[in-house]
Amino acid sequence: MRISSLVILALTLLTRPLWAQEISNYTLSNGLDVVVIEDHRAPVVVQMVWYRAGAADEEPGVSGVAHFLEHLLFKATDDLKSGELSDTVAANGGSDNAFTSWDYTAYYQRVAADRLELMMTMEADRMRDLRLSVDDIATERDVILEERNQRTESNPDSLFGEQRRAAQFLNHPYGVPVIGWKHEVAELSLEDALAYYRRFYAPNNAILVVAGDVDPANVLALAKKHYGPLAPTADLPDRARTIEPPQLSERRMTYVDERIAQPYVIRSYLAPERNSDDQEQAAALTMLAELLGGNGQTSVLGRKLQFETQKAIYTSAYYDGMSLDKTTFGLVIVPSDGISLTEGEALLDNAIAEFIEEGVDAEQFARIKMQLRASLIYERDDVQALANLYGSALTSGLTIKDVQAWPRVLQNVTAEDVIAAASLLLDKKQAVTGWLSNPAAQAEVTQ
Amino acid sequence: MKRIYLALIALLVFGAAAQAEVEIKEVTSPGGITAWLVEEHSIPFTSLQIRFKGGASLDVAGKRGAVNLMVGLLEEGAADMDARQFAAAAEGLAASFGFSVRDDAMSISAQFLSENRDEAMALLRAALQEPRFDDDAIERVRAQVVSGIQGAAKDPDKISGRTFDQLAFADHPYASSRNGTLESVASITRDDLIAAKDAVMARDRLFVGAVGDITPEELGALLDDLLGGLPAVGADMPARADYQLSGGVTVVPFDTPQSVVTFGLEGIERDDDDFFAAYLMNTILGGSGRQSRLMEEVREKRGLTYGVYSYLVPMDYAAIYMGRVASANDRVAQAIDVIRNEWIKLAENGVTAAELEGAKTYLTGAYPLRFDGNGPIANIMVGMQMQGLPIDYIATRNDKVNAVTLEDIAQVAKRLVRPDDLHFVVVGQPEGLESSN
Repeated sequence: MRISSLVILALTLLTRPLWAQEISNYTLSNGLDVVVIEDHRAPVVVQMVWYRAGAADEEPGVSGVAHFLEHLLFKATDDLKSGELSDTVAANGGSDNAFTSWDYTAYYQRVAADRLELMMTMEADRMRDLRLSVDDIATERDVILEERNQRTESNPDSLFGEQRRAAQFLNHPYGVPVIGWKHEVAELSLEDALAYYRRFYAPNNAILVVAGDVDPANVLALAKKHYGPLAPTADLPDRARTIEPPQLSERRMTYVDERIAQPYVIRSYLAPERNSDDQEQAAALTMLAELLGGNGQTSVLGRKLQFETQKAIYTSAYYDGMSLDKTTFGLVIVPSDGISLTEGEALLDNAIAEFIEEGVDAEQFARIKMQLRASLIYERDDVQALANLYGSALTSGLTIKDVQAWPRVLQNVTAEDVIAAASLLLDKKQAVTGWLSNPAAQAEVTQ
Repeated sequence: MKRIYLALIALLVFGAAAQAEVEIKEVTSPGGITAWLVEEHSIPFTSLQIRFKGGASLDVAGKRGAVNLMVGLLEEGAADMDARQFAAAAEGLAASFGFSVRDDAMSISAQFLSENRDEAMALLRAALQEPRFDDDAIERVRAQVVSGIQGAAKDPDKISGRTFDQLAFADHPYASSRNGTLESVASITRDDLIAAKDAVMARDRLFVGAVGDITPEELGALLDDLLGGLPAVGADMPARADYQLSGGVTVVPFDTPQSVVTFGLEGIERDDDDFFAAYLMNTILGGSGRQSRLMEEVREKRGLTYGVYSYLVPMDYAAIYMGRVASANDRVAQAIDVIRNEWIKLAENGVTAAELEGAKTYLTGAYPLRFDGNGPIANIMVGMQMQGLPIDYIATRNDKVNAVTLEDIAQVAKRLVRPDDLHFVVVGQPEGLESSN
């Protein structure tokens, strides 16, 4: 067993030493990683279990099964009746839930700190001993179909987002929606869910994150007692997914829906993600997104398109490097009344070209770096957000060291790094450009 | 040296399940502004929450949306700064300010570092006391509001909530969107915005909560500087809103695969003696979590929805008891039947002792968990003040929950759970449902 205790390296904020946040981590002999984040201001604890398995780890043809299984984990185990886990959490004044993404599935309870052991008993139980029935399957499948109705079918932005993602990833499973394609969700079976469960739910494929008013030594003792006896899976599959081929031609799509009030242009580029010990490129892209479209008032796109010309009512740039495989960098423009999508897209391209020509505004760059330094203070007020940060990092191929190095890597990004990273945005062969519109606006274009 | 009057009332609060300690001090500034403060010096920043009672309901006739537009413009230029200069200054200090408005209150939230507190507060002071309302800023924010209004007109969620409000409150501001209409927003002038600011942001309706790395003396001086220059008295508060809706169904046709339903009837005031009984009863019927009767019957047993909830909505000038569900067009009629049936069962049979006990342990156990950060605690404190709750309320709140009996619930169920009065607004293409009357 490996035991190490790390303290986040203190960064300097305006020459003053910053506060250190205590993080402890261990790996149990069965492979379970344990991370403890202390915050003793309130007698609350959050327990999270993160599995290194998400929608992108599904087999073809059963899209949505990772998320379906997440719902089913609230049903019966050998020791718990269906619904008993949540009922027990509630009876102890706590709340619980779960979420699924492409790279992970996570479960959590938030409860008074002295109830941690009870939470561990139940969470450890459902890691290996789920007992599903055919009845569970039929009803819960209807629930996730309604969830898909609510999140996607009723929302043209979501429907279009799904289409754009599918176009972005020709060969990588990130092109498949987490909730699943409707026709495949409707056919998910008990066997599909159990196959995924047996394959991925194991202590050596999971990370336990405990954050709050706890003593790390005590957490380790409890984790050994409740999670320690769980058998690891010997033949845990490798997470190597199919690889995206080089994009050789521009991809464009138009989606027209009566329910769209405000037409817009959104473009995404395939972009590198954060990798362990190799986060510099992702850091430059993070700063680029912040400079271009982080704050509507001070960003480059906001200044050029909303203030100096008032040609747009909203602009944005986004990038999230926390991803196991390649991610995307995105640009958005919502043109002002009377500005067509053709014109809006051209304005966006001009603004990017001008930015690369003009270079990074030194004052804006310094302000953003100041905000990043301050975020290390503010984030200590929200221990659950820190738990999420570590959980998502550790399921996305990063280490605790990478998370702790990240603020320094960001501070080290230079203006030249940003401009070099921005050349990505000049090549539309690397991008999917989407127009979202309604029949009336579309008619104006064609006339 | 400034004289500072401080009324310090220290409280130790012990939660039922946890040892939550929240020591609230009442601070009165030299200029007479009262605030509740929790000192928390372990992290070098402060969360400040400011509220003005009245909010968007103080819009004058024909100018619906003026308060909302005014609030949206506070950070769009102040004193000698235009919108971008103001935003850049806040960014450089790593301070964040939030301005928002609801029907009954306008909210300002601020988060700022100890090391540049004075600069951050000077910036916020400019926004609150010297907003510029420049013409180009007005047009820019007006266009954003118009875009939001157009979007809401095509959003089934918003249509269902708005339709319910219109039917329930007719001419009162509660009946319409605080964003205003395309016509009313187009008519708002700079003078209307200045009038709206003076109507809403006055010291006679002001509430403050602060948590963080700040002493009572520092907070007192800060508040005088930040808020002392605002008008002493604002506009008259709105009239009460008469609830005008009777039981039935209203279908709003909309081309979407899943119908969205808002349902409700007249509710119960926050200061009513039976409020806690109603609150417990609703937790059992349709409160959050998987444990409610509605979730059990509509989702867990039948798979008719992803979520169904009911909730008490005690506003300042009306009270409603509402619920929400969304279900496929061919299943929504069944979902509504199941919901109606749960209301009938509750009206006829009340709740069981086990259910009441379960709701009590949940609510009393969950309460101390709310106090888990500077921002959340400041929010809770400002809310307590607006509801007129005493400063020692936190210590007594769980006792009030535990004091509710089965008889109390039976009694309040008689008042509140009137299945025939439930009105369902259904937006979609529901099969087997038509508007009544």
